[in-house]
Amino acid sequence: MRSELVKIITSRDPDIRDLSLDAFCRSASQATLLAECAELERFRRSSTNLYERVRALFFLYSIHRFHLPRKYGAGEGSLIPYDGYVFLLHRRFEEALGLFLAMQERNGPSDGISSALAQTYHQLGFQTLADQVRRSVRSEKGNQWMFRVGHPMDHPLRVRDDLLERTAEGLYPILRERTPVRMDMSHSAWSDIFFLGMDFPEGARVMNVSIDLAVRGRDQAPCPPVEAYFRVIDEPVLRLASVDLEATVEISDLAEVFDFARDYLGLLKAAVIAAGIVPPGMEGCGRRLKDLLEKLVGPGRGIEIVSRVNGIPKGSRLAVSTSLLACLIAVCMRATGQAKSLTGTLAEEERRLTAARAVLGEWLGGSGGGWQDSGGVWPGMKLITGVLAGEGDPEFGISRGRLLPSHRIFGPDRISAETRRKLHDSLVLVHGGMAQDVGPILEMVTEKYLLRSEAEWRGRKKACQILDEVLDRLHEGNVRGIGDATTRNFFGPIQAIIPWATNLYTEMIIDRTRKEFDGDFWGFWMLGGMSGGGMGFIFDPAVKPAAQEFLHETMHATKQWLGDALPFAMEPVIYDFAINDRGTRASLLEGDAALMPAGYYTLHLPALLRANFRDLMPSRRAELDRFGEDCRTRPELAGMVQTLFDRIMPRSEDRTDEERSLAALLDELGFDRIQHEQIRSDLRGGRIGLAQNRYPASTVIEDVADDDVRHLADASGTSRKAARELGLQSLRNGEVAVVTLAAGVGSRWTQGAGVVKALHPFCKFEGRHRSFLEMHLAKSRRTGTMCGNWLPHIITTSYLTHDPIRAFLADRKEYGYPGELIYSPGRAVGLRLVPMARDLRFAWEETATQLLDEQAQKVRDSLQAALIGWAQQMGEGTDYTDNVPLQCLHPVGHWYEIPNLLRNGVLSDLLAKRPRLEYLLIHNIDTLGADADPAVLGSFIESGKTMMVEVITRRVEDRGGGLARVDGHLQLIEGMALPREEDEFRLSYYNSNTMWIAIDKLLGLFGLVRADLARPDKVAAAVRAAAAQVPTYITIKDVKKRWGHGQEDIFPVAQFEKLWGDMTALRGMDTLFLVVPRMRGQQLKEQAQLDGWFRDGSAEHVESLCEWGAP
Amino acid sequence: MEINKAVITVAGSDQRTLPVQRLIDCDGVEKPVFTILIEEVLSAGVEEIAAVVAPGDNRAYAEAAGDYAGRVQFIPQGKPLGYGHAIYCARHFTGDNPFLHLVGDHLYVSGSDKRCARMLVDAARKEECAISAVQATRENLLSYFGVVGGTRVPGREGLYVVETVAEKPTPTEAELRLIVPGLRAGHYLCFFGMHVLTPAVMEILARQTEEAGEAGGVTLSSALDILATREKYLALEEPALRYDVGVKYGLLFAQMALALNGTERDVILSRMLELLAQRELGLPQREPGLSRREPGPMGEPA
Repeated sequence: MRSELVKIITSRDPDIRDLSLDAFCRSASQATLLAECAELERFRRSSTNLYERVRALFFLYSIHRFHLPRKYGAGEGSLIPYDGYVFLLHRRFEEALGLFLAMQERNGPSDGISSALAQTYHQLGFQTLADQVRRSVRSEKGNQWMFRVGHPMDHPLRVRDDLLERTAEGLYPILRERTPVRMDMSHSAWSDIFFLGMDFPEGARVMNVSIDLAVRGRDQAPCPPVEAYFRVIDEPVLRLASVDLEATVEISDLAEVFDFARDYLGLLKAAVIAAGIVPPGMEGCGRRLKDLLEKLVGPGRGIEIVSRVNGIPKGSRLAVSTSLLACLIAVCMRATGQAKSLTGTLAEEERRLTAARAVLGEWLGGSGGGWQDSGGVWPGMKLITGVLAGEGDPEFGISRGRLLPSHRIFGPDRISAETRRKLHDSLVLVHGGMAQDVGPILEMVTEKYLLRSEAEWRGRKKACQILDEVLDRLHEGNVRGIGDATTRNFFGPIQAIIPWATNLYTEMIIDRTRKEFDGDFWGFWMLGGMSGGGMGFIFDPAVKPAAQEFLHETMHATKQWLGDALPFAMEPVIYDFAINDRGTRASLLEGDAALMPAGYYTLHLPALLRANFRDLMPSRRAELDRFGEDCRTRPELAGMVQTLFDRIMPRSEDRTDEERSLAALLDELGFDRIQHEQIRSDLRGGRIGLAQNRYPASTVIEDVADDDVRHLADASGTSRKAARELGLQSLRNGEVAVVTLAAGVGSRWTQGAGVVKALHPFCKFEGRHRSFLEMHLAKSRRTGTMCGNWLPHIITTSYLTHDPIRAFLADRKEYGYPGELIYSPGRAVGLRLVPMARDLRFAWEETATQLLDEQAQKVRDSLQAALIGWAQQMGEGTDYTDNVPLQCLHPVGHWYEIPNLLRNGVLSDLLAKRPRLEYLLIHNIDTLGADADPAVLGSFIESGKTMMVEVITRRVEDRGGGLARVDGHLQLIEGMALPREEDEFRLSYYNSNTMWIAIDKLLGLFGLVRADLARPDKVAAAVRAAAAQVPTYITIKDVKKRWGHGQEDIFPVAQFEKLWGDMTALRGMDTLFLVVPRMRGQQLKEQAQLDGWFRDGSAEHVESLCEWGAP
Repeated sequence: MEINKAVITVAGSDQRTLPVQRLIDCDGVEKPVFTILIEEVLSAGVEEIAAVVAPGDNRAYAEAAGDYAGRVQFIPQGKPLGYGHAIYCARHFTGDNPFLHLVGDHLYVSGSDKRCARMLVDAARKEECAISAVQATRENLLSYFGVVGGTRVPGREGLYVVETVAEKPTPTEAELRLIVPGLRAGHYLCFFGMHVLTPAVMEILARQTEEAGEAGGVTLSSALDILATREKYLALEEPALRYDVGVKYGLLFAQMALALNGTERDVILSRMLELLAQRELGLPQREPGLSRREPGPMGEPA
């Protein structure tokens, strides 16, 4: 067969090459798509061209993820071979593909196998691209030698003599590098990602400005935000210090230099390696750092490197961390003669090399930025563009473009001084306070570029035009025109390519600003990967001061309003900025001036004071003398004595306050201390834990038989119609209430940021951002309209979510929901525990986890070792109290949310008001397709069972158990309870956690009748008895701890939970399992799922179930 | 191109005594390093020799030159303004002529009948241009040498057109500017300490010396970097070995190389093996009578 898709990939004609895959697939049959997949698979194995291979991989991914599933019949599931899954986790993609394809060949295509193939192709595509970037970085001229040096004796660098000459007192000179950060003026649709520049260099263009910064109201004047210091010391160690992270380390072991996540100094270590001080080829060489330092600086000496970011918060979208990395690399290169000039600016070739080394450093540290992120190394305003690879480039013959772009600095002839001034006078630069991971967004951009989806490709071309427009306006000096262009860019191409680049917070601020300033507000621009952090607002210069004031207040107020719904890392700030026309620049601090920044001494002095002054090196003593003298004479150091005193004698009041408020909160929430002590003691004693969650190894786990489940799709036309009619009648009679489980905070949704997932305005429908809760209410509204009877809608809450949800919904007038909205407050709360090291090891080492790309995996291993150390140091199994009180508590699992309805009077009241109420539809907050579908309800009523659980066929990402026969008993089983991980892959169905309950039968199971609901003691006893029958699981969750300027640490903590699915294991529970379509049962656990959910038709389906209320 | 003049620089502050050190040459005769260098020059058919020395060193060098003293003209370098300046001091001696230049702290062991200077001068005569002897050297040693970047002359083994010259580059700079196609990865063409230079070099040095003034520090490499842009300038890869007598154990290794390349190679080799065997393996000293040779070169008993 002649493959149409291979033709698209290989064509030299852009009109064919840029054809959209989606357009082809929409009209293609399942057979055609499968035949094309076979051709693409052959093609990608045989092609020698990197981008042809990668594009074929992404085509295959997209067909299996988005197009084939639509062609499969509902319920067409298939098991996924566990061995293939393990290969996938271990990044052995070709072997995984072999198994999945063989299974497809044997059993025919299916939704499950397609999901596994899609995930494998997707990861293999990115792996192929990452491998190429790694090869290019390593083979970049100027970088290659560092991978060849494997022994200290081979080390070719020497620290320059200028830095070895000390004063009579023994002070070595200090080399200081100061670097501006970069601001992307046009946001050219993320065209600075490496993969895009290497395939489509013509479209890879950004307008990048080097700027100095100050935080308004805190700093006096803008200055280069990042600084690095280098000096020789009298000890044979590598001493690293980060002034802002208040971290320092003395490294004497070479291996520790490569241990990035052990402390907060990973970035400095990456810089030391990328600069060639400790060349990457030395990793694992087993030699002594002392010998290496001897070659560099002579016997008995070492090197000290200090970094400082002038209080610029994380997530500023100004590439602060890459700029710091480049700054550190530049200072190290100068010190070792790799740059010609010791001081002043860098030559063009040296800037390029610094940028290349920064890319290397980012790869080493397991992070990644764009190629424009070292832009601050260059001066002023410049156009950075992708470059076609030519002969002599390492990329030549492999990719169309080079890894590194070229920089064209604009002089005053192109952008006048007047324009620069006008730009400065018009632009208000802010940090909105949000600091989210943009990694998934950059992956989406790459994927969409390779697929050339119509709207996204149009958007990319439009963004290229807008960049030209911005350049023209800059040339003309028309700042208003720039604002107009960047605003169109944000609301047009950027959101067409990535809808998730915007959010409700950003749009509210833009909207309020527009209302306030009308024609004086000239435009908005987004910085970096997504909005909410660093952003620019352009105004008529006359109103700039007022606009700064307004934005300051508005951002604070809006953050306040949305603080429970969106993850904010810090309070919003306004920057003052100035264009930096010099780029990175170094100076030599000699003699009396040879001192580190003041923060360095606050960091080091307490430890030095504890040591005997006479034991200190003479150079250290001289330095302290000098610093002491400066503190006495220099006005800017006047407060140093107090600062040092506070450092030496830390205040303990805050901590006491925090502890008191945690204790108060626990009392207030009815924390069960006796139960907690029992759990803690069991955990420490090894009686409960991750390993103990599992059923005994002798348990027989089997997949269900065909007649164990009922298929919603199987019902014949007549019976389905009858079921629907039955359900509709029940709805009309007022026999149904909806229960939305909203007690959790969605740890995975925001990586433990502690916001209320239910309130997260995650997606735009009909032009407005909608929260999960709004969508559930909109479905209930539609059902109500359909049956002529408004369903009572119950929202179960917990201590974490109750007040925010109530306040949020009250503020929004409950989205105008006409039916009764009831809150069922949680009655149970747990206190998190510092995890046991054995549980951490179990989670990380003994369960199958996704390996990361080589370097990222090394970083993760290092981090995990550090976290195990943290747990041991904090005390395994002790109460976790080292965070804000709300982050120390946890909800105890959704099992409790249903008995809570019995205990807190909600069900009793409801039944009193609505005696005809018979059934509850219970669903998770993130199961957006769940609704009171009459046909589903009818099926349940017909069955006469106590409970009906909706299950879906399994996809590769559906981890967490499923429907099984456990020792012969049909029930749901949690993934963590399965005796062997591979058991899960033998289970056809996955629990959607949407359940229907017949109220009276459930009460009967608890040993109650309706009248008993008025007897709290009896209810409590019944609930306790039921609770005793379901297992308690220990789980590890991530929790964020925020500190400093937008810094966040993520800690694993132990908590316990009970889950409602385990009720199906009770012998008295009579359950029907109904197989429903995936779109109905799909849960959204991570934000990275959103794009796929939007593109595979799920969002459209969910929207069709909604009827929106008045805004 | 006729090459009749040679300039040997021996004025460096840290190398002033090196050329007067005595070693046993390949011919088994003990002589000063300076004499060995003079013989190297003479072997190339170059008769007029100048040595640039530090003020006051004439006499010591005249003595070190021994029988050749009458052939050598001593030129003092008044101020220590660098290597380039030292060569420049010989400008009146070289006049408008090309000249052979050797550094005073290196010894060359060719391993063939033709000595290193001879090969270089022959190449220069044939190519009629400035030419530097070079050797492929690992990047960890770049900080000791001047390094050239360029391309092979097609069809001419070991001959390169020089495009760039850098003095003691870091490997970073070397990778960016000095990679020579055809060499092993991580290897660069480093100066061998022997050049045939044209009068244009003196012109460039004149300007650089004037610009540098009292600060000095002019290097030959910087002048040759400019030369490469002005006229044909080649590099000849020497198959020989070069020994820097100025580094730690430099004299020792130079001596061993000369001895192993000389008439008493077998004696030296066996004595070295014996020494090793005694030191490292703890074998007993040979009993008298087992010796099949005369007393060793240092006069010690065999």
